[in-house]
Parts: sequence; C-alpha cells; structure tokens
Amino acid sequence: MKIEFQGLTKQYDQEHVVLKPMDFSDDIHTLAIIGPSGGGKSTLLRILGGLLLPTSGQVSVGGEELPTDERALQKYRQGLGFVFQQGGLFRHLSAMENITLPLEQVHGYTKQEAARRAEELLERFGLGADGRKKPSELSGGQQQRVAIARAVAARPRLLLLDEPTSALDPEYTNEVLDVIHELKNEGMDFVIVTHEMGFARHACEKVAFLCEGSLLEYGDSASLFVHPKTRQLERFLSRLLEWNVSE
Amino acid sequence: MKLRRKLFFVQENGKANRLGACLNFVLVMGLFVAVFWLSLGAINVHLEFGFLGRFWLRIWDGFWMTIEISAASLILSLLIGILSAAGCGSPLLFVRYFFRIYVKFIRGTPLIMQIYLFFYIVGTAWGVENRFAAGVIILSTFEGAYISEIIRGSLLSLEESQLEAARAVGFTRRQTLRYVILPQLVARTLPALTGQFASIIKDSSLLSMIAVIELTQTIREITAVNFRMFECYLLLGMLYLCLTLPISFVSKWLERRFQYEN
Ligand SMILES: Nc1ncnc2c1ncn2[C@@H]1O[C@H](COP(=O)(O)OP(=O)(O)OP(=O)(O)O)[C@@H](O)[C@H]1O
Ligand SMILES: [Mg+2]
Repeated sequence: MKIEFQGLTKQYDQEHVVLKPMDFSDDIHTLAIIGPSGGGKSTLLRILGGLLLPTSGQVSVGGEELPTDERALQKYRQGLGFVFQQGGLFRHLSAMENITLPLEQVHGYTKQEAARRAEELLERFGLGADGRKKPSELSGGQQQRVAIARAVAARPRLLLLDEPTSALDPEYTNEVLDVIHELKNEGMDFVIVTHEMGFARHACEKVAFLCEGSLLEYGDSASLFVHPKTRQLERFLSRLLEWNVSE
Repeated sequence: MKLRRKLFFVQENGKANRLGACLNFVLVMGLFVAVFWLSLGAINVHLEFGFLGRFWLRIWDGFWMTIEISAASLILSLLIGILSAAGCGSPLLFVRYFFRIYVKFIRGTPLIMQIYLFFYIVGTAWGVENRFAAGVIILSTFEGAYISEIIRGSLLSLEESQLEAARAVGFTRRQTLRYVILPQLVARTLPALTGQFASIIKDSSLLSMIAVIELTQTIREITAVNFRMFECYLLLGMLYLCLTLPISFVSKWLERRFQYEN
C-alpha cells in the first residue's frame, strides 16, 4: 500500500505546531510509528484515517487522495479499518452487533452475510463464546480483539491501530498482538502506533520515529533499532531499556 | 451468631438473605403502623372507612383525571424537555439564554407559586379558561425543565470516543444519530425519565389549588363536607402509591437493564 504525504502539517491552534512540514513516500505493508508521548503519532494516524483534516499538505493512501469534504471523507473512511486505544466499541451493542451493524449499514451486507462474517471472525480471534456480551462484560484484551475484528470485517485496504495495547494489563497485551501478527501473515497491511518495541521490531517491516512533530527517522525495523541515526532516537531507545528486566 | 448475621445484615454479596428481607420488611412496616396507630389512639380517633363507599364514583373520576393529566403532561413535558435540552446547547445566544433562563427559573421556584402565577396572571390575560388544559400546560412547563436537565446531562456524558468510533466505521451523521447517539441517550435517560413520571403524578396534586378536579381535589371536596380527614387522606396516599410504586419498580428494572453503561 503506497502512502504519501507532501508538505503535511497540523496545528490545532495558532501557537502549537503539532506536525511540522512532513514529506514521505513509500510502499508499505506493515509500519510501526514510535516516539515519545505528545510527538504527534495519534494526530498523524487520525489524519491518515480521515478522522482529522491536515492544516496543509497532501496525503494519499494507495493512490487515493485524502478528500476534504465530509461526504467524500466518509467514503474514504469506509475503505479503512481503525482501532483505538480504548473505548472504541459501541457500548450499547454486543460484540456481535458491533461487527454486524457497520457491515449492514455501511457495507451493504445482508443480515445473514454480516452474521456469518462476524461469527467467523469472533471464532478466529478466540471469542466464539462471547458474541452476545456487551463491551463492559469483556476484558480489555477481549474488547480490543473485538475492535480489531470490527475493523477488518469489511476487508479494508489498510488497518490503522492507535496504541491498541497500551490500556491493557500486560497479560492481555500478547493476545492482542498475536491477533495483529496473524493478520499480517494473511497479508493485511497495517500502520500501528505502539510502545511495544519488541512488536515494532519483529512484527513490522518498517518503523517511523516521530518526535516533537517531525519524522526524524524512517527505515527497516531490522536496522533502525540497531543503528539509530539521531540522538533523539538513541535517547528514546535507551530510556525504554532503563527498566528492562533482561538487562 | 451466624443466624443473626444472616437475618439482620446485608450479606457478603451486597444483597439480603431472603428470609432476612421478609422479616425486616415486616418489622419496618409494623413500626410504621404502630407509630401511626398509637398517634391515632392518643388523639382519640377511630378509623371508619365505610362511608367512602358512597363516594367511590367521584373518587374513581378523580383518580382517572390524575392519570389523564399526568399522561398528557408526560408527553408534553417530554417534548418541552427535548426542545429545551437542544436549546440550551444552541449556538444562537438568544435561544441558548432563553432555555437556560427558563430552566433556572423553573427549577429555582416552587411549583405552587408557578401555578398561581401562570393561572391567574398569564392564563387570565391570554384567556386560557380550560382548567384541564391550563393544568397540563403548567405542569408540563414545570416538569419540562427537569427533563431538560436529565437529557442534557446524558448528552454531555456521551463520550467523544463513541462519536469518533462512529465516524471511523464510516457512519454518516444520520446513521451516527440513529445507531449510536439515540440508543445511548435512551439507555441513559429512560430510568430517570420513568422516575420523573412518578414525580409528575405526585406534583399534579398541586393542581388542586386551581380547582382541577383530580384525585387530591376530589378528596379535599369530600373532606369539606364530612370532615373525615384521616380516612380520606390515608386513602389518598394509598391511591398515589398504587400509581407511583409500580413506576418506581419499572424505573429500577430499566436501570438494571441498561447498567452496561459503566
Ligand atoms: N484535539 C486537540 N486539540 C488541541 N491539541 C491537541 C489535540 N489533540 C492533540 N493535541 C496536541 O497535539 C500534540 C500531539 O498529540 P498526539 O496525541 O498526536 O501525540 P501522541 O504522539 O499520540 O502522544 P501519546 O503517545 O501520548 O498518545 C500534543 O501536544 C497534544 O497536546
Ligand atoms: Mg496517542
């Protein structure tokens, strides 16, 4: 999936530039966006997902230019899947309905087709018995797996995940990362914002390091972690190791 | 020791043991009745309900009138409440202030003053003669302000994340309203709105002040001729409970049904 930005910037207000002018172009299968808190990772991902308009610049995903009017944006979003850090499931709907409702209302599935697709996904993500539960009756890890199931249900061209595991207890993190890894093996393209460096390094082909609104580094995950080019990335990585058990 | 814990205390699961619940219910009811009975004895009153038989048709009419007024007020106050909740958040300052001042004024003053004010000044000036209509309008205006706050509260508690999720799955504005906002609002407001219906029923008793012949006014008229205050007002209380108790159970049930909220 080709992702391109040209002169992309974002400001929420006059003083603060959240994303500084940014150019990027590459063909991506799996990309991890890493970086310190407040660096603009979520902002960038929401722009990619058509949830937020950039202040200036062009963005295109898979050759499709990010539109600016609401109607076209809505069409654009339909082709993508989005997973939030937490609270992204509709809380008044069961796990099953969370998946089937968009399939029926947005993607034109019949009731039966939607139900079959939802069951298949829930089964695959180890949630076969939980379809009728409301989000509040599921663990955080189960909720995130449902959210991922919903995001991929209509077979989007690109999946966007914003820290899908950072609100989870450690024991639930792996079950969610496993699901994403499995999707990768099936050829699903995704961009993930994550603090799980192990996952970024071993499960994502490319990594982008975003710091204070600038895209400071970008490259193969295999080399980027081993040979950081900037002081900022070096410092960011060493800070992460500070409390590492294995050191 | 064990038995005493079982019978008189809330259990570990936060609920009451069945036997304990029955026992304590009976004890509490017994206490109420005893205090009441002793008080009656102290002032030498003997209750005698037989005479009420002569009035049952009037009482039934009054009872029915209370139901009609409350039901009509429920519908009208719901409309006013929805309009006002929307108005309170309007970007137009005039509209916003209009509804906010309305809500503040109504919630800050007693119903009885509003009834006199509206009926004798506004009602007379604009020629609202029909007491039923006047009663419904006054009561709805009053309850509408409370409903407005209930709805506004739930609107404000709708999380941004739910709306963003709706956009992310590709919903249009209309679909978001229909499939996300409305169901969540209903789930949040329905228990409180049901409770408000019980308030409407009780508050409608004040319309007796402008001689709407509802249940309370009927009883007042009956006591005015035979002075059997105690029997009449006891019956009045029972009749209101017949209406409000089932409603409070429904409200509790709805609350439990929609409790996935937290
Ligand atoms: N809606 C908003 N209005 C104003 N400022 C915002 C808004 N959203 C984010 N910001 C600001 O933009 C900057 C970047 O935020 P963003 O959420 O993109 O960071 P992040 O890299 O995702 O951080 P984190 O790792 O903590 O999630 C922050 O300084 C934040 O305060
Ligand atoms: Mg973020």
